[in-house]
Amino acid sequence: MIEFRMPALGADMEAGTLIEWLKKPGDTVARGDIIAIVDTEKGAIEIEVFDDGVLDRVLVGPGQKTPVGTVLAVIRQSGEPAGAPAPAEASPAASVAPPEPAAARPRASPAARKAAEQLHVDLASVAGSGPGGAITVGDVERATRAEHPIDVERATRAEPVPARGPAVPAGADRLSAMRGAMAAAMARSKREIPHLYLSTTVDLTQALTWLRAENERRPVTERLLPVVLFIKAVARACAEVPAVNGFWTDHGFAHGSGVHVGCAIALRGGGLVAPALHDVDRKSHDVVGRELGDLVKRARAGTLRSSEMSDATITVTNLGDLGVDAAYAIIYPPQVAIVGFGRSVERPWVVDGRIEPRSVVTISVSADHRAVDGRGAGSFLTAVERALGAAVQS
Amino acid sequence: MTRDEIRTAVFDALTSVAPEIDPVRLQPGTAFRQEFDLDSMDFLNFVIALHGRLGVNVPEADYNQLATLDGAIDYLASRLST
Repeated sequence: MIEFRMPALGADMEAGTLIEWLKKPGDTVARGDIIAIVDTEKGAIEIEVFDDGVLDRVLVGPGQKTPVGTVLAVIRQSGEPAGAPAPAEASPAASVAPPEPAAARPRASPAARKAAEQLHVDLASVAGSGPGGAITVGDVERATRAEHPIDVERATRAEPVPARGPAVPAGADRLSAMRGAMAAAMARSKREIPHLYLSTTVDLTQALTWLRAENERRPVTERLLPVVLFIKAVARACAEVPAVNGFWTDHGFAHGSGVHVGCAIALRGGGLVAPALHDVDRKSHDVVGRELGDLVKRARAGTLRSSEMSDATITVTNLGDLGVDAAYAIIYPPQVAIVGFGRSVERPWVVDGRIEPRSVVTISVSADHRAVDGRGAGSFLTAVERALGAAVQS
Repeated sequence: MTRDEIRTAVFDALTSVAPEIDPVRLQPGTAFRQEFDLDSMDFLNFVIALHGRLGVNVPEADYNQLATLDGAIDYLASRLST
């Protein structure tokens, strides 16, 4: 028997509220399957399972707020008899109604999910009026007022189109909860982590010229943004200087099990999340570009997955669009480094003894001095610069 | 295609990227990228949405012509008429 616990979806999460089970006891589950939706300060997160087996029983029902680490369900591995004794602390909430089957899970914004939970509305019975037929807060409220009839077609549609969260005002509660969680994580970071900051200004002209030529011959849907080159360069540099790629633990530095780059994404209407793109060092620019577009979309629609919330081994923040020259960011614990990109801007630059206009960008790294020293962080930064140069040759 | 139809397509593309935008608030000459805080990915998605609605493939070199509502309508009208 394997215990399936409430995961910590980032350093700032202490508890989560189970919104719904997407599998019911007796269902087969495979590693990577999404089996539950949990509401957090960061929005509704799709929770993945790490093991193959059969969902034996669920111990926590929808609506229950449970601390990180609480056993939510028990998964039976192949060969184990059903209903074997629970391996650990039996939760007092052991008897819950069997969850609804997963097939009809409608798309809805986090705010709508929360409203549905509070108003005891079954989302499957609500017809969505939002983008792509997604359910909005207004739909949920109307459903409670009018005892909205069940929209069968909507409820059984196999692949509903994701909503864009901010179509619905996130709500003051959500925003202040998110702000509070972020405040706690950042205060803890500044209190506990001795930050060191290094920066360098890099000539981007060649990389941007390559990008422009590349985008000119691509259809609009396949164009690459400069940030894709940045994220990819950071990942390559992590592979080269692994000392910045991982976590600070009670036992010292632990290397990341891959290069998973957290991408700081501002949510429209306020708030911030930094979900991970996985194994960026091993993916092409095209794949990273596609995945980043998808990640931003899902971050704003409130359909991020648990692995994306917890796996980042380093984070990138790109504030260039705001017009700032450089960004010196606060490390997201337990990571040990965050890389900041400012805007790409034309400056007079000395090339081969002559002054030329060149496009430059200032890149910074904030690093945890317990895990990495100035020399290591400096090597990393020059590796990022080299990787940006190398981008155009691959 | 009339200018009104193009305007509607631009509104649709914008609100598909930033649903909180109220087209009524959109002044013809205001640079909406700053006004509505659209980052480079939002803007790319806007260009993709325009392509989906109007079939116009806007090259990066012409992005600056999409800065304002009037500018965007002028530009798209001329692209559609050729």
